[in-house]
Amino acid sequence: MMIFDELINIQVKEMAPSGIRKFFDIASSKKGVISLGVGEPDFITPYHIREAAMHAINTGKTFYTANKGLLELRQEICNYYLRRFNLSYNPNNECMITVGGSEAIDIVLRAILNEGDEVILPTPSYVAYAPIIQLSKGKVVEVTMTEENGFKLKKDQLKKAISDKTKAIVINFPSNPTGGIMEYDDYLEIADLIKENNILVISDEIYAELTYDKKHVSIANIEQLKENTIIINGFSKAYSMTGYRVGYILAEKPLIEMFNKIHQYTIMCASTPSQFAAIEAAKNGDKDIEEMYLSFKQRRNYIVKELNRIGLRTHLPEGAFYVFPSIKSTNMTSNEFCETLLDKENLALVPGSAFGADGEGYVRISYAYSLEEIKQAIERLERFLKSL
Amino acid sequence: MLKEMLSLLEKNARIEVTDLAALLNTDEKTINDQIKECEEKNIIAGYHTIVNWENANTEIVKAMIAVSSTPERDKGYDHIAEIIANYPEVNSLYLVSGRTEFILIINGSTMREIADFVAHRLAPIEGINTTETMFILKEYKIMGEIMDKENGKPERLLMTL
Ligand SMILES: Cc1ncc(COP(=O)(O)O)c(C=O)c1O
Repeated sequence: MMIFDELINIQVKEMAPSGIRKFFDIASSKKGVISLGVGEPDFITPYHIREAAMHAINTGKTFYTANKGLLELRQEICNYYLRRFNLSYNPNNECMITVGGSEAIDIVLRAILNEGDEVILPTPSYVAYAPIIQLSKGKVVEVTMTEENGFKLKKDQLKKAISDKTKAIVINFPSNPTGGIMEYDDYLEIADLIKENNILVISDEIYAELTYDKKHVSIANIEQLKENTIIINGFSKAYSMTGYRVGYILAEKPLIEMFNKIHQYTIMCASTPSQFAAIEAAKNGDKDIEEMYLSFKQRRNYIVKELNRIGLRTHLPEGAFYVFPSIKSTNMTSNEFCETLLDKENLALVPGSAFGADGEGYVRISYAYSLEEIKQAIERLERFLKSL
Repeated sequence: MLKEMLSLLEKNARIEVTDLAALLNTDEKTINDQIKECEEKNIIAGYHTIVNWENANTEIVKAMIAVSSTPERDKGYDHIAEIIANYPEVNSLYLVSGRTEFILIINGSTMREIADFVAHRLAPIEGINTTETMFILKEYKIMGEIMDKENGKPERLLMTL
């Protein structure tokens, strides 16, 4: 028998399995489970986008594309960013297509990190960042974003986290899991600090289109920070295209060149039919975004009202499709809370602690579900809270 | 908010007032008042159920009829339209551009009934020149609803990152 343990890379061995994975396994083994645990929209991809993928397949447009992706797609993405967020990038050398935002997170961090480099991570945060930073032998420096501050990144806390080893900061607004956003003035407050310390900003804007009642602002909209910023975005959430696996990076040319070096050897190019579908989405999908946005906003209003009614204090998040209520009043850890809830009521939520220590005391509830499903879940949650 | 409320009602006439209020971040009284006002102003013209009669094993016959007519002095097409619309067999009536003036959709229980309606009621109306009856053979989509729905939505994982 081979002893595989000795053969595995130390960083991988030390990588903690996602806290979501554990719950997924328990929930999957049970019958009659209702889940408000998914991180993907519930719409079937708009038909004209599906049709574009089918057309590509039917007409044999299934060869490799350029490493950076189809030029037409990069052009449409750059048009889209200019049209919707007022940011200008050159499709030839400041934009590249990746296999989802996921690949983008991986290659960006690998391309910039040396052993011991520090990466500032405002938490609670999306689960992928810390493991990938550690895989690249970087060091995660957590900065707490508190509920009192609307889960925003604040200057004084950021300042304390910066050292001479700080290479980058990873931000994600609107945020998974908190739904928090940052506005122009919020970014302005931290702009000088980032500029003076020569920090790269990895800005995961995958939920940009789900910013409620306000316009999404990128940190790259702060003029002096545009060159510091590496924008990660993708088609998964804005157009309900999670299974297509198309994302992209917008950044300065020398950075894109380095990212593309890894990408060309590990990926070659993103799926070709998916890229054609993405062209259709970026070009003609603004109306789809509008419809989904409205539907999510209505469900957000609904679930926040209901959660408060049944006694879980919840603030109205300004983005994404998650609410992040505090469960501190139950005196349970978020893990205990979710385990007992799943056990007693067959309702699956994600414990806040899956998003870092700062998520302890909260649970993530996704409202990317039909009203009927949300109602059923609320009923179970209400019964559970009453039983405590 | 009015537009949002109307869109929600258009998609689901049975949606409850409490749900509308929560979805639109307002209270039930506001919703009730708005609905009432819309009904009074004929902004909301009715609440109907889309029935897939075929699945109810009930034979019904529908036809689309293209009608060409001559407009009347002063009244244009409105007077003829009013006469046609008053027949309960007529489900929908449109004035259209193109080769004919009107398109109407009529429901009956047999082909004969529809043929009789055209021959004895519709065609004799003064000002109507010709009619072309197209019997509907199969309904694929009505008011945004696909009739032959595949079983359920594609599945998503229980939990994802
Ligand atoms: C914050 C955030 N970034 C990135 C991703 C990755 O999405 P994808 O790889 O589908 O683009 C997700 C998915 O859940 C996410 O929530």
